[in-house]
Amino acid sequence: MSGTNWNYSDKVKEHFFNPKNVLKVSEEEYNADGVGENGSPVCGDLMRIYIKVKDNKIYDMRWKTFGCASAIGSTSMLSVMVTENGGMELEEAMKIKPDDIIKELGGLPPNKIHCSVLGDKALRAAIKDYYRNFDQVNKINKEKESRIVCHCLNVTEDEIKMEVLEGVKDFDTLQKRTKVSTACGKCEPEVRELLDKYVKKYYIKDIYTGE
Amino acid sequence: MIYLDNNATTPLHPKVKEKIIDFLDNYGNPSSLYETGREVKQMVEDARQKIADFLNCDPDEIIFTAGGSEANNTVIKGVASCCTFCNVSNTHIITSAIEHPSVMNTLKCLEKQNVEVTYLPVDEYGLVNSKDVRDAIRKETVLITIMYANNEIGTIQPIEEITKIANENNIPIHTDAVQAIGKIPVDLKKTSIDYLSLSGHKIYGPKGIGVLFRRKGTKSLCPLISGGHQESSMRAGTENTIGIVGIGEAIKQLNLEMNSEVKKIKYLRDKLESGLKKNISNISVNGQTEKRLPGVLNVSFNDIEGESILLRLDMHGIAVSTGSACSSGSLDPSYVITALGVPAEQAHSSIRFSLGRENTEEDIDKTIIAVEETVDFLRKISAI
Repeated sequence: MSGTNWNYSDKVKEHFFNPKNVLKVSEEEYNADGVGENGSPVCGDLMRIYIKVKDNKIYDMRWKTFGCASAIGSTSMLSVMVTENGGMELEEAMKIKPDDIIKELGGLPPNKIHCSVLGDKALRAAIKDYYRNFDQVNKINKEKESRIVCHCLNVTEDEIKMEVLEGVKDFDTLQKRTKVSTACGKCEPEVRELLDKYVKKYYIKDIYTGE
Repeated sequence: MIYLDNNATTPLHPKVKEKIIDFLDNYGNPSSLYETGREVKQMVEDARQKIADFLNCDPDEIIFTAGGSEANNTVIKGVASCCTFCNVSNTHIITSAIEHPSVMNTLKCLEKQNVEVTYLPVDEYGLVNSKDVRDAIRKETVLITIMYANNEIGTIQPIEEITKIANENNIPIHTDAVQAIGKIPVDLKKTSIDYLSLSGHKIYGPKGIGVLFRRKGTKSLCPLISGGHQESSMRAGTENTIGIVGIGEAIKQLNLEMNSEVKKIKYLRDKLESGLKKNISNISVNGQTEKRLPGVLNVSFNDIEGESILLRLDMHGIAVSTGSACSSGSLDPSYVITALGVPAEQAHSSIRFSLGRENTEEDIDKTIIAVEETVDFLRKISAI
């Protein structure tokens, strides 16, 4: 129960105390074109991002976040970044890196960097969801080095690994978050194997669970 | 500001502050034989006497340390290192799963040196079962160290029962009483605890000063800091005279005020607890038991994260602490809260309110309103 690192920039404080673009209506009412989620309540952060797309641009982004000040501040900042000046093109938005958010926020304390990682991942998940919903799966560009496991929905081994790092430990949750193996289903045994591999790798815990 | 983090530290008692200011020009070294030294020596011994009076023990059973953490380290490392030097193989120590980091991490360090440690589980209230203590005892057990009361949830351990078990088995018993002293009566003539740690800044005294009680006749400890003959050679280094004078006065004030203060603090804590429960849905009290320190209230405000609550309350001028991972720099929430069987996501939502002598009824009324507003705001933007 040690003290919090208080060295938040004024920008983080501004977005934390007066968050912008929070989803205030129900999901049904908002009816997003794409929804992306990242994080896990078990790890202390969960973000959900909702986007609306027109002419290949994100003209509106709403969000909800369970998390600390930097998680809330990051998501709020991100929502401003992608919607200002008439909205960011999807390809550009896909390229947003944690560093871009951190820069806009005027920096984050070192132990809070992972909060901003969640934001850009959730946004990419929302854009991918948009592509999947609007029949543009081919637009989901994959990192060269990452092997595609689910060819129907373009899910890579790297993504599965990252999901596990975010706290996913079972197939159903993984499927819910990535839509992996929801089309032909042929990749399911391999996905389960990879999931098992990474869960074993990252979740062998000490008895003592830290301070 | 409304200060509700008295388990972290406390403001100086005005009488302590006065006493320290009056003392500051006394630069003499208590070990010096001339007058300035002798004067300071006398003041150190006066402070020692006040502490002995309060705890009902002999003054020469009081060792001044640099704080509670040092007192804990002195006992744990002192017992274990003597055993290592004596070539006692399979040295074993019994503790609980919810000890303060100064006990936990000290034991972790000893484990690397092949000392075996049993971390006893606690129930949903944070209580150690004394039967578990009995069952954990082995012939190699050299120390039982169980905290008197927990810093995060306030649970008071059945330390008397555990002490009896330790005595029956001839095993030294240590208790970290940093949170208990000044809140519940501790009479060292009525108990046979061997070692007890306490800290100055948790009882309206200064930081950087603590006390280790070591009962006469107990096994000698290897000192953590070796050097001069200060503190019966148990703690070398010129005494922290300012701190000692300060803690002496703090203890004197406890002697005068503790009973009435504790009543007031408990009343305010109960008012806060019932106010929060009445006004805010979906909350749970962590470690809710009658066997709890009077000023402590640990609550999980489900579906929102602790650091966010803390910072928004700070905006309202209210100081609390949290068991969420975000406050610790790790990804794991408080090991104390999770040891109760509380799920991790709920532990991330935990806030500790710890009350002290300066709190008023008005503080509590304002806090209830501010917490309600904060929780409402954060739940509206939460993804859960």
